[in-house]
Amino acid sequence: MSSSSVPSSDAARDFLAEAEEIVEELGTQLADLADMAEKGTLEPDLLNAIFRGAHSLKGLAGMFGFGMIAEVAHHAENLLDWLRMGKVSLTTEVLELLFASAELLTSLLRACVDGTLDQHQAAATAHAAAISAYLNPTAPTVEIPLLEQLGLSESLMGALTEYEEHRLKENCSKGRHIYVVHASFELATFDQGLSQVTDILKSHGEVISTLPSVGENMETHIDFDLLAGSDRNEQEFAALLKDLDVSIQVAGSAGAVSQSEPAPVSAPAVPEVEAAAIFPDKAGIPVKLPVLEGATASPDEPLTAKSMSRTVRVDIGKLDELMNIVGELVLAHSSISSIANRMRAEGFSRMAIDLGKAAKGLERRLTDLQKGVMDIRMIPVGQLYEKMSRIVRKVSREQGKKIELKMYGAETELDKLIVEDIADPLMHIIRNAIDHGIESPERRLAAGKDERGTVRLSSFQKGNHVVIEVEDDGGGIDIEKIKQKALSKGVVQDIGGMTDREALDLIFMPGFSTADTITDISGRGVGMDVVRNNIAAVSGMVDIETRLGQGSRFTIVLPITLAIIKALIIFCAGRTYAVPITSVVESLILEPADIKTVEGKEVINLRDQTLPLLRLERLFKIDRIGSNPGDQYVVIVGSAEKRLGLVVDDLLGQQDIVIKPLGTAFKALRGISGAADLGDQRTILVLDAGGIIGETMRSGGA
Amino acid sequence: MKSFTILIVDDSAAMRSLLVSTLETLGNLAIVQAPNGFEALRMLPREQVDLVLTDINMPDINGLELLSFIRNNPIYKDVPVVVISTEGSRKDIEKGLSLGANEYLVKPFQPEQLLEIVKRFL
Repeated sequence: MSSSSVPSSDAARDFLAEAEEIVEELGTQLADLADMAEKGTLEPDLLNAIFRGAHSLKGLAGMFGFGMIAEVAHHAENLLDWLRMGKVSLTTEVLELLFASAELLTSLLRACVDGTLDQHQAAATAHAAAISAYLNPTAPTVEIPLLEQLGLSESLMGALTEYEEHRLKENCSKGRHIYVVHASFELATFDQGLSQVTDILKSHGEVISTLPSVGENMETHIDFDLLAGSDRNEQEFAALLKDLDVSIQVAGSAGAVSQSEPAPVSAPAVPEVEAAAIFPDKAGIPVKLPVLEGATASPDEPLTAKSMSRTVRVDIGKLDELMNIVGELVLAHSSISSIANRMRAEGFSRMAIDLGKAAKGLERRLTDLQKGVMDIRMIPVGQLYEKMSRIVRKVSREQGKKIELKMYGAETELDKLIVEDIADPLMHIIRNAIDHGIESPERRLAAGKDERGTVRLSSFQKGNHVVIEVEDDGGGIDIEKIKQKALSKGVVQDIGGMTDREALDLIFMPGFSTADTITDISGRGVGMDVVRNNIAAVSGMVDIETRLGQGSRFTIVLPITLAIIKALIIFCAGRTYAVPITSVVESLILEPADIKTVEGKEVINLRDQTLPLLRLERLFKIDRIGSNPGDQYVVIVGSAEKRLGLVVDDLLGQQDIVIKPLGTAFKALRGISGAADLGDQRTILVLDAGGIIGETMRSGGA
Repeated sequence: MKSFTILIVDDSAAMRSLLVSTLETLGNLAIVQAPNGFEALRMLPREQVDLVLTDINMPDINGLELLSFIRNNPIYKDVPVVVISTEGSRKDIEKGLSLGANEYLVKPFQPEQLLEIVKRFL
C-alpha cells in the first residue's frame, strides 16, 4: 500500500519528507502572515521563521542535488530576507509572490517524485524574474541608531547575526528600552527555565538574541544572556521578572531611560534595579531578585539524555507492515477462539472455558494494539484545511470574487494516506465551487445576496466513516443546462424522462464541463470524472445536492482507514467473498416476485427507484451446483452516486479484514480489489464495488 | 583508546543523516547529533566532543551563539568548531570566523570537501 513512485535512495526520501514538511509549514505560516498583514500587525518572529524555512530548504535542496528547487527557494529566501531586514514592505504583490513561491515549491517537490522536474524549468525562471523585479535597491534606509552607544559587551555583539543586529536597531529606533537579562539554570532542565523567561519577555517585547554563557557553576549550570527590547521602563521590566532568579542590566542610552525614577508602589517587594551599562568589565551591579519556590529546577533531578524532540518521522510503509501483522494477529486470535468453541462443543468444558477466557483477554489487548497502530496513522483533516484556505485565497483573488471560507471539524481524524489522496479531489471541488458556483459580487448583489460568497468546509465522523462536505451559497447547478450540454456533447442521446438526479450524475461523465469557457485555474483541466475516480480509489463516495440560485453541496464519504476495514462477508454459488462495508449501502431479502426485466436486464424497484441487479456467479462465470439456492439476498453497493444490487445466497456477517494485493498478474482483473484471510485459514476475494459497477455499466448490465 | 567524537548540530534531520553517512566512511568515529543548539549545550558536558560541526541558522540559539559559548567556556574553548552554512550568509560566516570557528563550509558542498576538513582535526 506504500506509494511506489518515491525515489529509491534513502537520502532522497529523507530529503523529500523534510522538504515537504518545510513547504507545508511555509504555506501555513504565509497564511498567518497574510492575516497579520490584513490586520496591520507584523510579527518579526513569524517573518524570520518563514525566512528560515526557505533558507533551510535552499540548503537542503542544494546538498541533495535538486538544483531547481534550491534556486526557487533561493529567490524566495532573498525576498524574505529583504522583508525581514525591512528593505521591502509587505504589500499584496509581495504576499502573492510568496504564495506563488510556496505553490511552485510544492509542485516542484511533486515533480521530484514523478520525475518530471524538467517540465517546470520555465515556471522556475519566471518565478526568479518576478522576484528579482522586487529586489531593486530602494531609497536609503532610515537613520541607523548607533549600536555602540548601547555599550553592549563585545561577546554579546560579536555573536549577533546580521538579522539579530537588524532587530536590535529596529527596537532602538522604535524607542524601546534594551535590556540584558542574565539567568543561570541547571544543565538538565535549562530549557524549561529559559522558556519561562523568554515567554515573559516575548509577551512584553521581543527577545533579540539568546546567548549561552559561562557562569560560576559551569559544571552543573548553564547561563544565558538574553538581549531583549521592551516598551516597559526598568521598574516595570524588573517587576515582570521578579519571581525569577535573574539579573537585569539596562543597555546604555538607547532611549530615555530615566534612572532616577522611584520604584513603582505597586511592586514594593522589588528592590530598585541599579541600572548600569554593560561594559566588558561587567561594572554593572546585577540585582538578585527574590526567588520563588519551584521557579528553578530541583537540584535532585538527574541529568537526562532524553532528546527534546518528541516526534518521530516514520515511513507509512512501516506502519502498513505493522498493521498487516496486527491483522494477522487478529486472525490468529479468531482461530484460537474458534478452537475454544469447538472444544466446548466437544466436551472439554473446563479447558475450553479457560482457553475462551484467555482468548477474550488477548482480544482486548489486540483491540488496544490495533487502535494504537491506527491512531499513529491518523492525522487531523485540519492539515487539508490549511491547503484549502490557501487555494481559496488564491482563486478568489484571481477571479475577483469575495469569498469567506468557513471551516468546521478540523480536528476530525483520517488515515494519512486517505488525507493525501483526497487533497486533490477536494481541491477541485472547492475550486469548482468558487469558479462555477459563487457568482461575481455584482451578480450576487443583484440577486439580493451578500456580495461576499461563503464556502463551508466541514468534516465529521459518522460511524466508520468520515464525511467531508463542501457547501457554497452560489448560483447552484442549472440542471436544464446540464441536460442540454450533455445532449450537444453527445454524452447522452436522449434527455426525455431523465430525472434530476440522473442529470446531476452527468457531471461525473468524462469530458463534461458546464462552464461556457473552461477556466484552467488549476493549471490542468481536471474534470469531475477524475474527482469521482480519485475518491472511489480510496473507497469513498461523492454526492451532490443543489438548489438553483441557492447553492450546492458536495458530500464526500470516506472510510476512516484503508489499513483494516470492516467487510460484509457474503456467500454465493459455493464461494465466499468480502465486500468492504464502506461500499455497502444496505442489504435486503430478495423476493423473486419483485424481479422485473428491463431490456433483458434484471432490476427491482426499491422505494420508487429502479435498481439494477447483478448475479455474482454470472460476473465471475461460475457454474452453480444444484439449481435452487433457496432464499437469496440483495446487497446494495454504491460507488460515487451509482447503486447496484448484488444477488447473493447468504450473508455471513461482518468482520475486520486486511486487504492484500493480488499481485501484478491479476492487475487487469476488474471487480476484485484483493484478497483477505479469514480466521479459519481460508483466503477469500475482496470485491471492488466501484470496479463491478463500472464493468456492469460498460457491458450493458447483468 | 577512545574514538574521536564528532558532534553534529543541525535542525534538519536529512542534513544530519547526510553528514553522518559521509563521515562514517572515515571509520572509527563516534558521531553524536543534536537537532538544535539547546540539545548541543546539553551534550557538550556529557560527550567528550573532539570536533563540532554546526549549522548557523537554527531556531532558539543559532550556531554563532553556540560557537561563542564554546569559545568562552574554559572547558570547551579548545574544541575545534566547523561552521556549516548556506551560501548567502557570508557575513554570518565571517562573524563565525572572528568568533573563533576553525573552518567553514558553504552548502552545497561535496562529500570530499567535508572529509578533507574533518581529516585535519583527527
